Amino acid sequence: MLDITRHQQANFAYGQCEPLNAPFQSEEEHLTGQQASRISYTLDSSLDSVNKVEQTAEQVARKAGVDEDEIFRISMAVREAAVNAVLHGNAYDPEKHMTASFENTGSSLVIRITDEGKGLDPSTLPDPLAPENLLRGSGRGIFLIRSFMDEVHFRQLHPGTELTLIKHLGSAPTA
Amino acid sequence: MSMKISTRQVDGVTILDLGGRITLGEGSVQLRDSVRDLLSKGQKKILLNLGEVNYIDSSGIGELVSAYTTVRNQGGELKLLNLTRKVHDLLQITKLYTVFDVKDDEASAIASYSRA
Repeated sequence: MLDITRHQQANFAYGQCEPLNAPFQSEEEHLTGQQASRISYTLDSSLDSVNKVEQTAEQVARKAGVDEDEIFRISMAVREAAVNAVLHGNAYDPEKHMTASFENTGSSLVIRITDEGKGLDPSTLPDPLAPENLLRGSGRGIFLIRSFMDEVHFRQLHPGTELTLIKHLGSAPTA
Repeated sequence: MSMKISTRQVDGVTILDLGGRITLGEGSVQLRDSVRDLLSKGQKKILLNLGEVNYIDSSGIGELVSAYTTVRNQGGELKLLNLTRKVHDLLQITKLYTVFDVKDDEASAIASYSRA
């Protein structure tokens, strides 16, 4: 069970509730009276945005005090989520945006990436480890995200998808 | 953030010395173009030296796989050399480590290619 506020907990439930952050925030927020802090961006659908999101993830993870290997895993998972949003969700459409939010609740890092695409059903994704898929040139992003994060949640936004990546601080390495 | 790539020939084997990041839109495209260029010139014994590659994402991994299958389908051989720990771990996680012929010594890597 995540050690988070009841309000936040309600928003983490898969398939329920509205996004925690307003869609067009672009500033760092410090939650009053708590150790938690939040950063959120709205970005265009470009590789520059992917790089920015990855760099932010690295900074947030470093600030949270996790070790270098964990910083690598978190920033890589976030990069994969951002690539999915920009490439597969928004298809580099300049009219569509990606949002990225980063929150340190004190006990967890919670990163949310959203796109405005047609939606993603993770149950339809082929298993990249299956022998018949092993030599495919793509399809490993979600697998790596799940390998590196403690929790991964998908939520359909109609349109778009919200991917929530959670790393419990102080937990053992996930991979 | 772009990938560095240089080419050299040793005993009939083309070695691509890669450095930096192999990621979507950057190194992955360079890698693909380089391998295709070599194949177009009939150079089918290819060794990817990843000793200076400090980061690879799933797109980069996919490009390694695509390069491997493309070279193999054209009757060639593509092998990997000097994996960093991170790249090694990623190939392990994705079960690709046993797909590729991975070497940690250049001389033995070159000697392992078919003498056709």
